[in-house]
Amino acid sequence: MQNTNGWNWEPGRKVETYADCAQNSEWLEEWCVSPDGETVARVACTAPAEFALCVNGKLSENVYEKIICPKFTPDGKLVAFVSQDMEWFLSVDNEVGEEGYGFLWDSMWADGTVAAAVQQDMQYGMIVGGKIWDNLFENGNNFTLSPDGKKSAAVVQVKSLGQADIYTFQEGVFQVAVDGEALGDVFMNVWTPSFNADGSKVAAQVRETLYDYSIAVNGKAWDAKFQTVWEPRFNPKTGGVVAPVRQGGKWGMAEDGKIIWAPKYAQLWHHQFTAEGDIWAICAPEFGKFALVKNDKPFSQTAAVVYDLAVSPDGKRAAAMARGEDRMFSVLTDTGAWNGKYDMVWQPVFSADSSHTAVRVDRNGRQTVIVDGKAYGEDFDQCFDPAFSPDSSKVLIKALNGDEYIRIVADVSEFK
Amino acid sequence: MYNEIFDRKIEDVGLQTGIDRLTPEKIEKTVKQVLEGETGAKLKVYHDTCVRCGMCAKACHFYQSHLEPSYSPVAKIHQSIGVLIEKDGKVGPDFIYQCAQIAYTECNLCRRCVHYCPLGIDTAYMMSTMRRICHKLGVTPQYIQDTAHSHSATMNQMWVKDDEWVDSLLWQEEEARDEFPDMRIPLDVDGVDFLYSVIGPEPKFRTHLIYQAAAIFHEAGANWTMPSEPGWDNSDMAMFSGDFEMMGRLKRAHFECAQKLHVKRIVMGECGHAFRSIYDQGNRWLGWKDYPVEVVHSVEFFTELFKAGKIKMKAKHPGIATIQDPCNIIRGRGLYDHLRFLAHEVCEEIVEMAPNGEHNYCCAAGGGIINCGPPFKNVRMSGNKAKADQLKAAYDKGARTILAPCHNCHGGLEDIIHHYGIDMEIKFLGDIIYANMVKTKAVEE
Ligand code: SF4
Ligand code: SF4
Repeated sequence: MQNTNGWNWEPGRKVETYADCAQNSEWLEEWCVSPDGETVARVACTAPAEFALCVNGKLSENVYEKIICPKFTPDGKLVAFVSQDMEWFLSVDNEVGEEGYGFLWDSMWADGTVAAAVQQDMQYGMIVGGKIWDNLFENGNNFTLSPDGKKSAAVVQVKSLGQADIYTFQEGVFQVAVDGEALGDVFMNVWTPSFNADGSKVAAQVRETLYDYSIAVNGKAWDAKFQTVWEPRFNPKTGGVVAPVRQGGKWGMAEDGKIIWAPKYAQLWHHQFTAEGDIWAICAPEFGKFALVKNDKPFSQTAAVVYDLAVSPDGKRAAAMARGEDRMFSVLTDTGAWNGKYDMVWQPVFSADSSHTAVRVDRNGRQTVIVDGKAYGEDFDQCFDPAFSPDSSKVLIKALNGDEYIRIVADVSEFK
Repeated sequence: MYNEIFDRKIEDVGLQTGIDRLTPEKIEKTVKQVLEGETGAKLKVYHDTCVRCGMCAKACHFYQSHLEPSYSPVAKIHQSIGVLIEKDGKVGPDFIYQCAQIAYTECNLCRRCVHYCPLGIDTAYMMSTMRRICHKLGVTPQYIQDTAHSHSATMNQMWVKDDEWVDSLLWQEEEARDEFPDMRIPLDVDGVDFLYSVIGPEPKFRTHLIYQAAAIFHEAGANWTMPSEPGWDNSDMAMFSGDFEMMGRLKRAHFECAQKLHVKRIVMGECGHAFRSIYDQGNRWLGWKDYPVEVVHSVEFFTELFKAGKIKMKAKHPGIATIQDPCNIIRGRGLYDHLRFLAHEVCEEIVEMAPNGEHNYCCAAGGGIINCGPPFKNVRMSGNKAKADQLKAAYDKGARTILAPCHNCHGGLEDIIHHYGIDMEIKFLGDIIYANMVKTKAVEE
């Protein structure tokens, strides 16, 4: 959950135009806003094939041939990939390391550590905290970091394939690599490695034959095989590994290879653990109808699509985006659906005490923030993800209107 | 008909190695498992109600091209899955070779024959089930299997690595800036109007299509994005190899790319089969009745742009053009009127092929046949004399351009015009629009 301690929670509004960059740029790209709403950044084209970062209206002195994929980390660092003289660099708060790479993508963050996928001399791996893996591989994908940011993992190709070499492929060419060391068995396919809390174990989806899917923990597959599986997660209470599995054409949940939710769902995915070891997920109790589910008990309210599941800090509540058969969006929670219908709904955000839920929504091209189903009395060209104060009484709204960037701290009672 | 008339076996290492590993017991078990566990009443009803009237024969371009009864839809059924149903799966490995060759390479799953069957029997569905059995038996043509492997390993059909995708977008953007100085191919922009998705060959071999699409969107002032991560490829050869589990995984990756970015809809490039995978098969396998994100094909999207006056033509494509109606978007999705509107907007003159619209003949590349690779190229050529005849007739009426808004149609027709010596050129809508549109944002020439 986003830590909002130490942010400015003074009620009121701040409006900035940050016009300086526009005067010195050929164009400015999309706005990126820091989680606390104090920093806004845009990529600025300052001359043909010359780009700078515009941060709070000031153009950086460093310019590059390209700047792509800028984003803020939860602790407020501005990360982007920049390119100069055919090399790519990771820029963190406008500082770039000395080392350049063939390509960088998929920036990620965990507990203060910034990492990214890297290609160097057509070999693949990761850079973590500015350091590249000692071993790189012929291909790599599905990159991830442990929750404490100390370990990194990816799916890596450990054997070469000739053209249309279907049988070498079927013997297995992929492994999980942790910090550049390939681990355990080689599989036909591996997807979505995921670490436990201290990074000591990594679980991944694997396909062992064209038909047998399983979950491998530290490179060793469960004995049990399934028609297919989705991404595994670690139970923080027991250390067990839990994944949705398909059996007899229906979805259930398995822990360490044993079925814990009998396969009866038309779909079951995006499961999340609470600190107590409860499991929330999105399920389809029947074809075409999706719902929230907790510990194998689906909630009665259904929608044609459910996505962007968020679980409250106390683990007792959940909310998600829902799309109805009328193709309009709404917010689905453990207590039912909110009344409003929208053209888009973003992932709900819970307050620290789990009592309030805020959601960014779009209706007819205007955006606002809704708290507990009640709208803020103003809409904007664009909003960003809302946040709650540590005492759960205030909501941070970050928005754009024309050339204005607006930071509002509103009391929960202002949403009516 | 068991094995009696099948004298057209083609060597393929995937099919041969597959049957070498089979036993009669394995075949019987697998056939039963698919027939009992995965097909509903539909398959049985189709099988039981077919009166063998043969009215479907003239529907199929393979039959029309060979004028040989064993290529008729009903005969293909009764040389493959019909036998498996009747014999309860008690057949030998050689027969599975025949089943696989028929299902993967002699049926495009084009669904033309459904329209001609008085009982509404969907031969393509039966052939898909046949392919599903072959997939489960490990008897699939080498090249389409390799494509399915690529999908599984990279989430795209051409073994394009993560970085190569973004790199090709940046390259096209850079190229385009010589023409449109402030053109962008926006990456991962949240909340925009649409995500543009393409098929694997575009970043690999046909990067100019990305350039052209981006140029059209730029000119139209569109608010769009492309994803920087896997899921960008909307294509799906796993659907055609019978690997439905992989089809589901691919469609999940594709739709979640769009959901993560909260785009209002997905605009798909000019591809037909990918559209089928998204609006019909892949979405449903995942449990969605509808698609979870609004999806429109380029043919629909370009129509919107023209009707809204966002794209105007400086000149029309010169000469006479004919239209190849891609099965999956015309018969499958009903975009006939959209395509006619566009064709007349962008081309000086159109002559229609006959038959056309929902009665069009497939290009013979669709349904994954072209992806079965070189061993089966001649099957497509000899099996689509019907299309060559149509094209020649259009040529005789003056057509020199074939407008084909589908990648498979392009590949298939390209081979056909070379094979039959028809001097025509094949164009995507994007080719013609880009070349002839008013470019208000381009540098002065
Ligand atoms: S037209 Fe229909 S009923 Fe007649 S042979 Fe063909 S599939 Fe059978
Ligand atoms: S190719 Fe088309 S017309 Fe021929 S059998 Fe297959 S689905 Fe029917």
